[in-house]
Amino acid sequence: MRREPPRSPADYAPLAFPALMLIVFFVVPFSIMIAVSFFKRDPAGFYKPDFVFDNYARFLSAFFGEVLGFSLMLAVTVAACCIVVAFPFTYLLTKRPRRVQTVWLVGLLSVLSLSEVIIGFAWSTLFSRTAGITNLFVAVGLMSEPVALLPTFGAVLTGMVYQALPYTILVLYPALVRLDPTMTEAARTLGASPMRAFFNVVVPALRNTIVATLIMVFVFALGSYLLPQILGRPRHWTLSVLITDQAIYQSNMPFAAAMAVFLVLISLSLVGLTLLVGRRENAA
Amino acid sequence: MNALRRLYFLAVALFLAAPLLVVAGVSVNEKQDLTFPPRGFSLAWYAQIFTDPEWRAALFHSLTLAVCSAALAVLIALPLAWFLWRRIAPWANVFQVLGLAPFILPPVITALGFLSFWATLGLFGQFFTAIVSHAIFFVTLPLVTLSLGFASIDRSLVEAAATMGADDRTVARTVVLPLILPYLISGYAFAFVLSLNEYIIAYMTIGFTTETLPIKIFNALRYGYTPTMASVSVFFVAVAALVFGSIARFGDIRRLLGALSSEDS
Repeated sequence: MRREPPRSPADYAPLAFPALMLIVFFVVPFSIMIAVSFFKRDPAGFYKPDFVFDNYARFLSAFFGEVLGFSLMLAVTVAACCIVVAFPFTYLLTKRPRRVQTVWLVGLLSVLSLSEVIIGFAWSTLFSRTAGITNLFVAVGLMSEPVALLPTFGAVLTGMVYQALPYTILVLYPALVRLDPTMTEAARTLGASPMRAFFNVVVPALRNTIVATLIMVFVFALGSYLLPQILGRPRHWTLSVLITDQAIYQSNMPFAAAMAVFLVLISLSLVGLTLLVGRRENAA
Repeated sequence: MNALRRLYFLAVALFLAAPLLVVAGVSVNEKQDLTFPPRGFSLAWYAQIFTDPEWRAALFHSLTLAVCSAALAVLIALPLAWFLWRRIAPWANVFQVLGLAPFILPPVITALGFLSFWATLGLFGQFFTAIVSHAIFFVTLPLVTLSLGFASIDRSLVEAAATMGADDRTVARTVVLPLILPYLISGYAFAFVLSLNEYIIAYMTIGFTTETLPIKIFNALRYGYTPTMASVSVFFVAVAALVFGSIARFGDIRRLLGALSSEDS
């Protein structure tokens, strides 16, 4: 059956339900949130309709600048760590037999689907004094007594890399699994070692994929809202944590909404950048 | 070289498995202590999930939420994916973008949107609001798997049925539906597992009135440690592994992911 343009209004019928649901429950809530970001805070309830820029003006404070700077720095670090580990790993994985790949993909999906609550709890256990990894170090004689490794910046970083690593591998997987194997074969025939073929052929060929993945993982890491709370101190809180905190505990919806709008703008411009990078790769 | 690769794979596997192994270990402690290696052996904390009224209620809420919201997500995605496959209507792609957007943006944003929406309507805290919110948030997954399913249909099959006199409805029921069923099931399964694990949207819609399992774990975490958290976490890992394992067993998970992630980026 060929695809045809819809002729009668009845042809549009299947679109009605999805369109209605997406507009009422996604476009409208989103618009309300943008509207609320211009509202005034009402200590008695949620907010009062108004049109003020106060909520955005608060971005200019030193505190907000610090949180923003920290969030961006943390997300960049997480993305860089993930790419460095995931890229060679995914490349090697695509060279394994299908069965091996399938087992790994099931495992990666299982970890990726885990709740942030569970990831946070699991790492807080692994970093704890009584049940943590340092007990192992004591047992093999590396340390004299077990210590708690949290709350620290290292704990937050480890937890977030753990959360983002399966995501990174799964984003890289399609590009690497479709990579033309004759390219590396040619390099090998000409006498390059596997290591050299990887760094001089595979990495440059997928430069744009790497950049696009880096941005995707960066946006993903920006969304982490529980791990900094469970594994870090308040000074390790990110923009996402702050939004939750303002909305729920400080009952300041307008300020939370303004920060959320800001976060949308950052994420959207970055996602737009990935699309641009992707387009250039397709054109080349 | 081979040894080096093995070592590398082992290191990644260890990193991914270590926290889960420790959690599995502490979940079988005999006493209510956070110790590893575990002292004694007891499965009592697993029984707690089903016998303790609070944990059982949270489990029940989570399962209801996941079953219903994944079904609603599929109901939204199926006609949309079918329309995009059957008709040439470029502007309808707007809805595809809307279906993908909630998943790409940081979840806090979508959660906050739902919070302000339900609060404005005065429905804040009612259980069905979480079902609708999750369905919209996870509609991306069945949408992507179903689009992939439709793309894989050989159009000449459909044409043959139409030439033999089958109308659109008959074609959809007897030819198209059986062909996309595996994709429909995987889409449902992805949405189900992720809804089960989702915290922030559930928390911002019904967190003040109802506890789902992730909310219950987080609330319990703030007041200290109970081994039931560990057993519930193991339960979650087992459910995810079981669902994705079945998809791999009965379908082609490599193909599903090869396309899933490229659609995502």
